[in-house]
Amino acid sequence: MSGTIVSPLLGGVLIGISSALMMLFLGRITGISGILVTSFSSLVDRNEDWRRSFILGLFLGGVLLRQFFPSFFDFEISTPMINIIIAGLLVGFGTRLGSGCTSGHGVCGLPRLSKRSFVATLTFMFSGIVTVLIARII
Amino acid sequence: MSNLISLLFGVLFAVGLSISGMVNPDKVIGFLDIFGNWDYSLAFVMGGAVGVNLVLFPLILKKKPILSELFHLPTKSDLESNLIVGSAIFGVGWGVAGVCPGPGIVNLGRFDYESIAFVASMLGGMFIYSIYKRKLS
Repeated sequence: MSGTIVSPLLGGVLIGISSALMMLFLGRITGISGILVTSFSSLVDRNEDWRRSFILGLFLGGVLLRQFFPSFFDFEISTPMINIIIAGLLVGFGTRLGSGCTSGHGVCGLPRLSKRSFVATLTFMFSGIVTVLIARII
Repeated sequence: MSNLISLLFGVLFAVGLSISGMVNPDKVIGFLDIFGNWDYSLAFVMGGAVGVNLVLFPLILKKKPILSELFHLPTKSDLESNLIVGSAIFGVGWGVAGVCPGPGIVNLGRFDYESIAFVASMLGGMFIYSIYKRKLS
């Protein structure tokens, strides 16, 4: 079953505009895994504050949207807690080892025609699809 | 100035993720379930975002950034094994939970145990990587 494509397309365009504005104003790639880890590892460097601001913006956005548009978050998380914790560890470790996630490699890397991002995106899409397939079987 | 701007763009990114449906783990797993009950709609999220940047990045990169002296772009170009192994590991986690880093942080706004546990363990995974990297060098 596939829902309407209007919301995904609109959301995607807004994500694109946000990352384009980051490039225009700050000259930065919007790679969330990298921004997140550096915002924690560079607590003393005042120049790195834009990273913590962006992460704070993501979080604040979530809080505000939940408040004013609760329908966006009207879903249950049915994954067992142990799976969530294992998944979090894999996502954290994997995005660092692989130098990026869906935003850095996908949203920003693909339009830059980066060969590395192209390979990374194909790889995590493929392993995500295989993982869901295996989870379906077992 | 760059902090305020960055905060606003972070909010905008969160709005995009929320409208798109990327914050809903079941929807993401449905998108990855191409051999089952495939929900292809989330392909339009990546399509929309990449489409915008395909047009805007070349225009933006012609001049220098408004608040910075230069663009900070990745310089690596080799396809080392870490890139592929790391991305594969990330994909497994993404497939298990249906959450990638951006939606993980946005979902903290739900203030539920699941979303908090995901971000905490993701930070744990990043920390483990930094220890692993230090051990190697």
